Amino acid sequence: MATTESQLDEQRPGGAGDETVDEEVEARVGWRYTLATVKRDTTARIGFYIVAIVLFIATFAGVDSNLSTITLGRVSDYTAAQALPIFDHPTQIPPPGEGTANQPPAFVDGGSLSNPLGTDPQGRDYFTRIVYGSQVSVSVGIISTAIGLIGGTIIGSISGYYGGRVDDVLMRAVETLYAIPPLVLIIVFIVFISGGSPDIRFAVVGVGITFIPVFARIIRSRVLSVREMDYIEAARAAGVKDRTIIRRHVIPNSFAPVMVYATLQIGVTILIVAGLSFLGYGAQPPTPDWGEMLRIAHGRYMHANIWLSIWPGVAILVTIMGFNLFGDGLQDALDPRIND
Amino acid sequence: MGYRTHWIHESTTNMRSEPLLRVENLKTQFFTETGTVRAVDGISFEVYEGEIVGLVGESGAGKSVASMSLLRLVENPGEIVGGTIEYRGQTIFDLEDGPDGELREHPEMLSESEMREQIRGREIAVIFQDPMESLNPVFTVGGQLREFIELNRKLGSEAAKAEAIEMLREVGIPDPEERYEEYPHQFSGGMRQRVLIAMALACEPNLIIADEPTTALDVTVEGQIIDLVDDLQERYDTSFLWVTHDMGVVAEICDRVNVMYLGEIVEQAPVDELFYETKHPYTTALLNSMPRPDRATELEPIEGVMPEAINPPSGCRFHPRCPDAREVCTRVHPETLDVDRADGYPHRAACLKHDVFDAGYEESPPLLDDRGPDESGAMTTGAETDGGSETDRPTSEAEAETDRESGEHRE
Repeated sequence: MATTESQLDEQRPGGAGDETVDEEVEARVGWRYTLATVKRDTTARIGFYIVAIVLFIATFAGVDSNLSTITLGRVSDYTAAQALPIFDHPTQIPPPGEGTANQPPAFVDGGSLSNPLGTDPQGRDYFTRIVYGSQVSVSVGIISTAIGLIGGTIIGSISGYYGGRVDDVLMRAVETLYAIPPLVLIIVFIVFISGGSPDIRFAVVGVGITFIPVFARIIRSRVLSVREMDYIEAARAAGVKDRTIIRRHVIPNSFAPVMVYATLQIGVTILIVAGLSFLGYGAQPPTPDWGEMLRIAHGRYMHANIWLSIWPGVAILVTIMGFNLFGDGLQDALDPRIND
Repeated sequence: MGYRTHWIHESTTNMRSEPLLRVENLKTQFFTETGTVRAVDGISFEVYEGEIVGLVGESGAGKSVASMSLLRLVENPGEIVGGTIEYRGQTIFDLEDGPDGELREHPEMLSESEMREQIRGREIAVIFQDPMESLNPVFTVGGQLREFIELNRKLGSEAAKAEAIEMLREVGIPDPEERYEEYPHQFSGGMRQRVLIAMALACEPNLIIADEPTTALDVTVEGQIIDLVDDLQERYDTSFLWVTHDMGVVAEICDRVNVMYLGEIVEQAPVDELFYETKHPYTTALLNSMPRPDRATELEPIEGVMPEAINPPSGCRFHPRCPDAREVCTRVHPETLDVDRADGYPHRAACLKHDVFDAGYEESPPLLDDRGPDESGAMTTGAETDGGSETDRPTSEAEAETDRESGEHRE
């Protein structure tokens, strides 16, 4: 009896067996659909390629040539231990490169192809440093954003789901954090925690913490509507624990807008950390951080060698533009899902 | 009031075994800024093994709040404030007098974690109204079903998956292996409701609360779902508490019916008895407002709107809309008493016109002539906006105010 009924159901338009509807609907979800939409949008595509290239460079820059994998730049200037400068902060100044100090880039008189972007005042290949700088920037961007994202998601979802006094306490705390200008907060945090010897690790954590409020507020606003959904009520009526409901039902359904925001935020984070390094609160020499390179170049060599300032600036500009364009495209691609 | 007889003892003697679920004098209130909403105000009913019990009423009668109270899932600012809920001898809710005269939770009452781990989903499951909203859109249908089975029946992932596919087949979903991998939005409304039924049945609960499960579906699919439930109910011998506003569905599926009005059960009877020996004017009005194949008369809508439960009318709560209302109905609040018996069950009703009440209904002057059909509804609107004691006020004053108000609305 049940089968005949279901066959009836099947014949209804939009019903179970309607192949065309199925395919169309299927094509509207998942990464494939999202990427396809991003690809159709020219600026988003440019952003996507920039992000892909930067990620590629960052991933393979640190791989030692002895491991017979792709190597970019002159690795001999750095050891493999420096691959993730955030965690393995080099203590010794790397040996000077082969070229002369302050050499201009290859396409300018006096430059040579062995140092395509010239050399720095210590004679190190500037191209290598820029390439390694991508590692610092990308990992800084991702880790900081992740700290903000995870912290914000936890606080925001708990706050939104339970509401009432829990919500009041958490949101007021978060808003207090939000009220302080971020740069001031980060610098105070770094000075306080590092005890006078700033380090890029403190900068990363500091920046991450200042992002918690934004993420918490986005997640919370979404959770407030998600928690009224019948499937939350259904889960509760089925005896599912609150913790499981938040993890399995609330967060997955509140995540889409935050994901987009996080992508945009990576670019912003890179900029802020570069700014901190520029001010001397972030990466310290000899870490090849773009902001730190800019600080050295700007402070002492602005007139002697303008290229030292230009390359890190270009690198920062291109990377952030890439993340922003891609983030915007992602936002457009995911919008129907956000609004549904 | 003095009319209450010991109907509980009287009526249980002839009945089958102990009830699966026993609700007595349940009161659930919402403490809002505008006042206390008495959403459920002292309802009593039983559900026996293997029967489908209907809970019928207009929107806002308190049906859903009542059914959620059974699982102790009333959300803030709502709270169960009184009464007893017993499920198979376990106390879901009960209060007792504390040492300082205040009511406190009965020590035998199940704790929140016991409710979660033993009752909800395992013993009492719920099927919700809107199948479009009741499945998590970001996970596959099969995944959700599997996870639920895994969690509740302590099965391994593979066994749970096999069981989930079996359940999907059971509720009449074609190609369950393929559909297992699909997302809720790829299912039609009827198919989703089948999935929800599968989910409710997954732990073989003894009682399923179906909260208007077919309201969001069109009539053909509704028919299919009702047939399916009928079929499954016989096979699994599950009891149902079927919450609905549709008397047609009640006639089709229920064994016994409770009619709710403004937080109270006004009539309770086996289904045939309710339809053919109606004892409460509200039930009569409900039946007259519904198309029936056996009566070729015109449909009569119930006059007025249901007042809000924040400040219910004095006396019988239905009296402002009741065609049989008399003066005594404005003063005396009728309890729900046994007025008849049928099929071994009592026929309970809360209407003063029955002799059991002995409230002087026959001698009391009729109310109907005082009011036009429109004002009966409008008067309740006036009563609910003001709060306080205007129910004792002369009718003319209330009417004057209503006129003023409706004038304002028009502008």
